[in-house]
Amino acid sequence: MHSLNRRGFLGTAAGLSAALLAGCGTGPAPGTAATGGPRKGGRLRAAFAGGGAQETLDPHLSNLFVEASRSKALFDKLADYGPDLSVLPRLAESWEPSADLTRWRVTLREATFHDGRPVRADDVLYSYARIADPARAFRAKTTLAVIDLAASRAVGERAVEFALRRPFAEFPNILAAFGVFVVPEGVEDFTRPVGSGPFCFGSFEPGCSLLLRRNADYWEGAPHLDELQYLIANEEPARVNALLGGQADYAHDITATTARTYRGNDRLAVTRLTNSGMQAFAMKLDRPPFDDRNLREAVFLLADREQLVETVLAGAGQVGNDLFGRGYQYYAEEIPQRAHDLEKAKWLVDKAGARGLKVRLDTSAAAGGFVESASVFADQMRQAGFDVEVAVGDKDTYWKDVLDRGSLCCFRSGAMPIESHFAQRLLTPSTTNITKWRRPEFDALYAKAVSLADERARRDVYAEMQRMQHAEGGYLVWGFADWLVATRPGVGGVVDAPANTLDWARFDKVWLA
Amino acid sequence: MTGNRIPRAAPGRRAAPRLSAGAHRTSLPRYAARRLALGFAQVVAVTALVFALTEALPGDAAVVLAGDAPDPARIERIREELGLDRPAPARYADWLLGLLHGDLGASLTAGRPVTGFLADAAGPTVQLAAVTLLLLVPLAVAAGVVAALREGRLLDRTLTAAGVALYSVPEFALAVVLVALFALRLGWFPPTAVGVGTNLFAQPAVLVLPLLALLARPICSISRLVRAGMVDALGSEYVRHARRLGLSGRRVTLAHALPNAVAPAAQQLARTTDWLLGGVITVEAVFVIPGLGTSLMSAVSARDIPVIQGLALVFAVTTVVVNLLADVVAFRLAPRAGGTA
Repeated sequence: MHSLNRRGFLGTAAGLSAALLAGCGTGPAPGTAATGGPRKGGRLRAAFAGGGAQETLDPHLSNLFVEASRSKALFDKLADYGPDLSVLPRLAESWEPSADLTRWRVTLREATFHDGRPVRADDVLYSYARIADPARAFRAKTTLAVIDLAASRAVGERAVEFALRRPFAEFPNILAAFGVFVVPEGVEDFTRPVGSGPFCFGSFEPGCSLLLRRNADYWEGAPHLDELQYLIANEEPARVNALLGGQADYAHDITATTARTYRGNDRLAVTRLTNSGMQAFAMKLDRPPFDDRNLREAVFLLADREQLVETVLAGAGQVGNDLFGRGYQYYAEEIPQRAHDLEKAKWLVDKAGARGLKVRLDTSAAAGGFVESASVFADQMRQAGFDVEVAVGDKDTYWKDVLDRGSLCCFRSGAMPIESHFAQRLLTPSTTNITKWRRPEFDALYAKAVSLADERARRDVYAEMQRMQHAEGGYLVWGFADWLVATRPGVGGVVDAPANTLDWARFDKVWLA
Repeated sequence: MTGNRIPRAAPGRRAAPRLSAGAHRTSLPRYAARRLALGFAQVVAVTALVFALTEALPGDAAVVLAGDAPDPARIERIREELGLDRPAPARYADWLLGLLHGDLGASLTAGRPVTGFLADAAGPTVQLAAVTLLLLVPLAVAAGVVAALREGRLLDRTLTAAGVALYSVPEFALAVVLVALFALRLGWFPPTAVGVGTNLFAQPAVLVLPLLALLARPICSISRLVRAGMVDALGSEYVRHARRLGLSGRRVTLAHALPNAVAPAAQQLARTTDWLLGGVITVEAVFVIPGLGTSLMSAVSARDIPVIQGLALVFAVTTVVVNLLADVVAFRLAPRAGGTA
């Protein structure tokens, strides 16, 4: 999942608007979210960056943040992620594995689609088969690869028995995975989508606006709002301006600079989405120079993470410890935090004979802060003796470009369970293994962990895997960014939840005072 | 043209346009037909060039769609789904063939017909361009004429100074200032067109600030040209002669001097029209106007070749037609301008 980042282009605009606005705040009262209980009614207008006229409402094609948010307003998944990326049941009421973890029976709750038809086991099987169709290329296809759909079956109307190709204790992660929404059986056309989500389709102008209406029959209780309108404003200053000008009530993804500028202003309240994105540099382990463990160690030690968090994230985040998923279920909190040690880094660089070594650091505007982080980190590397050249690439094709090319690049990741991070990026057959971490012993530990039914036993194996990563891996995880959303005063119910989790960009619990 | 005949904006008198070869005299319809044929060739050349340039960009729609999950097998599969695995010349030939049938194809990423995309995006751009031009022409001409009539005096000097100052501010910077001042500080106008959709006339207030941003520079450049042309015309022999014949000052100014003065500005006006109809991306971005410029930007980001091609076609046709119209208008206003006199 990625956000279109067009922030840089109008970067100066925010500052100027702010300067002209200075003194507009009428009092010392800081902007805060609405107080008091939920109130029913009204239309909430939420401004997001979009994908232009190319946007789609097919939930299985969701890619952008706005698409993910729309999908969760219109559709449901069987499960979703809580704030610590543990799995919460949604359309699934419960799940029960067989003793060998190869068959999972999922019981559906009583829910209906917007046209009144019940959500049935066959709708679930159809949705999963659509995503997994070998002839197609849906994003979640590889996630579902562990399911043997031909051998899976409906048990009555409201239960599905999934057959897996191997024992897999983390099967609920799949039910909650990005884009695995349940659609009515047989549907291919999503121009007027019918889902089971808290809001029903109203009207859609791709690249401009999507209007949704309250689903009074939603299984979790009807939303507070009567209507929800998604508006597209690609530039961050434009989203903020729309909010300040009363044209929007919610602005997704604002910069820390904006938040700081309007602190204490009563026209805008900021909600922090703590720990929404991992910020990292990825070294490739299968080629020089970072196939040398000493040099990787040097890079870990020369990194001044506090400086990166302070400058690149403008302080809106926490320092990382070269591991994915701080604060998530199974995160190895016990591994000591790496400290900045420039002297030792220099010594290691000299020991490896790498003083003055030319290194290219790949970056692009593919994600917010990448170019800035590359320039700050290049300076840090130079202090330790590397000769670094920052190469700014094409933002649209960046992820493909850096997957196999180069030796060092900027990297970031949205929230996902630690197991998914391993599966997608750190196993020998992983398709997006950017650090080229290929260790048979690590693969074996993964296979062992996911075949253990006992959660505590699994935790121990995951901890062992994280120790290996921390000691020898290629991810220099320097921070975890908080994302910020802005709301007009009077908007209530916007909660602090990491991006990609259930409560992020979710509007059925939001109200207008 | 001989003697002391007074040139004026009257049809019927013909002179060979500058573009015609030698002393051969060409009629306006023949001239226009030749220009149209040339324009058609230019349009085809532009689409071929744009196709080649888009192909030359790194990555394709499949890579962009794969985003941060660039699984090579998945990218290959998307490529097959989109038909991008076929050779580029074959895809361009298909596109041209479709064009002959009036079919511009469908978006690679959204699957919707390109004609729908173009119609949606053209709406706001054309609306904004039309209103801008409606205001621009009278204002720029009036400013130019007034300055010329007061040549060298305080009013002229003031207009000149203000024009140069305004001209030096890029429209995007002006837009940001306008929003900060008139929308956020004073609250007179909405800061953006967010949520208005493709018919901007539904909420005319959203047009005000974009209009100001778009008008500023063209008013300066065109009024300067009108002023210069007017100063020349007022000092010319035929105007002096018209005055000697006893025609009223106003009639001389408006009926005889002005058409000649406006002719050179017509080319600049054509360039401005072309610029406006291309969707001024900086202004569209600041005010969140879902026009042609914004469309082009997202289509290029998505490497959505059919949409890019459709937009290139629209831009090329616009340029050819607008320039042809400008030449014809200039020709009618002042036959001498391109003539043999």
